[in-house]
Amino acid sequence: MEGSTALVADPSGRRVLDSAVVRFAGDSGDGMQLTGSQFTLSTALAGNDLATFPDFPAEIRAPVGTTFGVSAFQINFGARVIKTSGDELDVLVAMNPAALKVNLVDVKPHGLLILDSGAFNERNFTKAGYESDPRSDGSLKDYRVFEVDMSQMTQDALKDCGLTKKESLRCKNMWALGLIYWMFGRDRQATVDWLNEKFRRRTEIAHANIAALNAGHAFGETAEVGEDLAAFSVPPAEIAPGLYRNVTGAEALSWGLVAGAKGAELKLVFCSYPITPASSVLHALADLKDYGVVTFQAEDEIAAVCAAIGASYAGGVGVTSSSGPGVALKMEAVGLAISAELPLVIVNSQRAGPSTGMPTKTEQSDLYQSVFGRNGDAPLVVLAARSPADCFDVAIEAVRIATKYMTPVILLSDGYIANAAEPWHLPEADSLPRFPVAFETDPEGFHPFKRDPETLSRSWAVPGTPGLEHRIGGIEKASDSGNISYDPANHQLMTDLRRNKVLGVAKDVPPQAFEAGGADDKLVVVGWGSTYGPISRAVDNLRSEGLPVAHLHLRHIWPLPQNLEALLRGFDKILVPEMNDGQLVTLLRGEYLVPAESLSKVTGKPFKISEIEAAIRARLED
Amino acid sequence: MNVQSPALTAKDYASDQEVRWCPGCGDYAILKAVQKTLAELQADTAKTVFISGIGCAARFPYYMSTYGFHTIHGRAPAIATGVKLTNPELDVWVVSGDGDALSIGGNHLLHALRRNVDLQILLFNNEIYGLTKGQYSPTSRVGTRSPSTPGGSIDTPVSAGAFALGAGARFFARSVDTQQKHLPEILKRAKAHKGTSLVEIFQNCIVYNDGAFDGFTERAVAADRQVLLEHGKPVIFGKENDKGLRLAEGKLVLEVVRLGENGVTEADILVHDETDRVMAGMLAALQPPHMPVALGVLYCDPTRSYETSVTDEVAAARKSHPSDLAELLHKGHTWTVS
Ligand SMILES: Cc1ncc(C[n+]2csc(CCOP(=O)(O)OP(=O)(O)O)c2C)c(N)n1
Ligand code: SF4
Ligand SMILES: [Mg+2]
Repeated sequence: MEGSTALVADPSGRRVLDSAVVRFAGDSGDGMQLTGSQFTLSTALAGNDLATFPDFPAEIRAPVGTTFGVSAFQINFGARVIKTSGDELDVLVAMNPAALKVNLVDVKPHGLLILDSGAFNERNFTKAGYESDPRSDGSLKDYRVFEVDMSQMTQDALKDCGLTKKESLRCKNMWALGLIYWMFGRDRQATVDWLNEKFRRRTEIAHANIAALNAGHAFGETAEVGEDLAAFSVPPAEIAPGLYRNVTGAEALSWGLVAGAKGAELKLVFCSYPITPASSVLHALADLKDYGVVTFQAEDEIAAVCAAIGASYAGGVGVTSSSGPGVALKMEAVGLAISAELPLVIVNSQRAGPSTGMPTKTEQSDLYQSVFGRNGDAPLVVLAARSPADCFDVAIEAVRIATKYMTPVILLSDGYIANAAEPWHLPEADSLPRFPVAFETDPEGFHPFKRDPETLSRSWAVPGTPGLEHRIGGIEKASDSGNISYDPANHQLMTDLRRNKVLGVAKDVPPQAFEAGGADDKLVVVGWGSTYGPISRAVDNLRSEGLPVAHLHLRHIWPLPQNLEALLRGFDKILVPEMNDGQLVTLLRGEYLVPAESLSKVTGKPFKISEIEAAIRARLED
Repeated sequence: MNVQSPALTAKDYASDQEVRWCPGCGDYAILKAVQKTLAELQADTAKTVFISGIGCAARFPYYMSTYGFHTIHGRAPAIATGVKLTNPELDVWVVSGDGDALSIGGNHLLHALRRNVDLQILLFNNEIYGLTKGQYSPTSRVGTRSPSTPGGSIDTPVSAGAFALGAGARFFARSVDTQQKHLPEILKRAKAHKGTSLVEIFQNCIVYNDGAFDGFTERAVAADRQVLLEHGKPVIFGKENDKGLRLAEGKLVLEVVRLGENGVTEADILVHDETDRVMAGMLAALQPPHMPVALGVLYCDPTRSYETSVTDEVAAARKSHPSDLAELLHKGHTWTVS
């Protein structure tokens, strides 16, 4: 399990932890996301490996103090490789009763609760739906509770700052952060710098926040906080040398698209319509005009995909992005891109469905939609990113395949990956893949469906090219001229060609490799997408106990890797954990007739490592 | 094809594909007018793109020797927008039917018009669904009998002109398939206008809605039931050129008056101002038989086109801060692990 383990004192007297999971929770107005991201930054600078996950309320402005207005930010950091944002909390900072109520379930037994007692009053109990004070009615007996009136302490610290009471209270998140910085021996300087920069036009606000941060820190240092709030140390992790930054999946994906277009030497035209949790990619790219990126907020998802298709037709890299409901709307147009054989990248940041489902909750339930969800025999390429940083590489790969094979590519991300952040070992920009596109320019023997015999990709002649004027469309076309054709044998041939072209992509990707273990093991866990973290940690943990379990993690969902069948056939048991009702498992069973078994979870929350461990153990025992 | 050579004729704009509309369909005449227009403009086939949705009208691109993209039902304006955002140099024409443009694709037409993407959108209005065999369409008049409305349609039709002006269009014109002199002139105006030009072309579907426009296009009645608008000229029509339009006294409605009757002179007649949106709206609303149908350029008031603004914004950002990938990746907080 991720979370704190060994407890030995370091020379400074701090207790040394292997890793720790901390969650900051409060009202959406309490600044918990900022607090969390600042803690993340200082933790990264301290050399820990880490993973984070923000949990926003679904409502934009829920009433203050209510459970549905609770916003939280979780970070798992350690002296070892961190693969998930953590199963259970070692520390929960709760800024009000509602935050405690919503998040208590995730705190491990004897975990530490740090409460702002200033917000624990009758009014807030009522708003949170507590019938009595949870601190005195026994509901917290399994935890260690540390209470401090942060609201009052912050006001006291800021009494000379000249702010109103309301303004002062807005700094209490920094007071809490200061205290947690002290607990884990973190340096405050990066946050001080950040505050000075953020509020450079309102220096009094910057000073007040810094004063609150320092006050929280000083409180830890000087107060008699006792055993419960001991100082800890989480030593640096063994991390490969190099330059790092933190990235969310949405950022890495956006930058990967820019890098992909650069690799193809084409203009990136990104067309989208806002939807949670996909909008962050639109926002990130809209801010990159200085990189030559064109973004287009269309009138709906259909227009967005159509504009992207128009962009590719005109010789750009057309990309569209949405979440499941929006992707459903796009599918007729995706069929057009398949039929007209145009490059197109469709990013799906999946969320819990069906229909509107749970927009802010994560799921992996659009695999069927991606592989199968169109009218007609309409094959395309499906890729899945496994982590925030992986989005960068997968986005480049999506552009490479789309432009090389003249095919739509669906890139699956999800709400977890989009919002979660992890440290990213920055690649050298010069070493990124280059795959310049060569447009057709030669009129000799030209027709629009002339194919490269190797890739089966059709030639890409863009409007504006003299002598190559031609007409394409969604009607079936003759394989040897591109003209409209209803010839029965030709339709069979074209269907075969479209299928084989897409299947042929499997020859152009690295063979599937094991993440852990190998052919000698008894059970293999096959995963895809954001289950990577919990699966790989679970498998590592069990392997270190000596259990014969291996892990395969797919980036290529369609076509499947060429060697996958052979790999799977070597195992007695195949377990496929997915945050859906069993979709990859059906694909694998259908393709290979192997006895793959599903481990399904659709609670809107990522798998816990312990859940996967338990499922593997159970299969190995019987 | 060589752009420099002035030798291109209308025929040079025809592809080698056999035209497959029903014999007598108004689409043939429109095709001819478009080819003629391009020849008159000596348009570069390599830089000209026809994009269409689905319908009889939408088969159009296959018959042109330019670039062409026959897409999906209703979506051509959105696809054309993507084309212009990627390569603003291309001259992009959209061909659409009344169902394609105003039913399934109404939303995209609305937004192309309000954004003012530099496109010529030709709306072949035959007031019927041709390709799907004759169901009524959103422009069919109330009472239209069709396979899906055996008792006659009951919903109020949409007027392309009112729709376009309401959407914020900067160019709206009308012509008739068979008016082979008028139509190319209007097409040239549409082409000259930088921004979205919507041209509604009354098109006869000889199979499913034959004669739908006879009420104002038949030779015997045309002169009295049509008014051909010209910017800066009085709005006069009629066989004897003796009828005119003017604002009714004390009301915001147009009335037909006869020159020479009740002391009416040419000075009393409304002068067409194609930059006047209100006037355009009133002219677009005129309906036969009591009022003439207004043809020609009803409204033309250019403003910056969308793709120009987008392209300029990107160019300005690149100029003020030409960035490379390494810089992008390193933006913000980074740290070194040694
Ligand atoms: C998504 C979709 N829905 C329905 C159709 C069937 N369909 C094809 S054309 C058409 C209507 C065509 O009418 P219009 O746009 O007026 O063109 P016309 O044939 O009259 O030129 C319909 C309903 C289709 N091709 N695609
Ligand atoms: S059905 Fe009507 S619109 Fe279609 S081709 Fe025939 S005549 Fe023309
Ligand atoms: Mg029609």
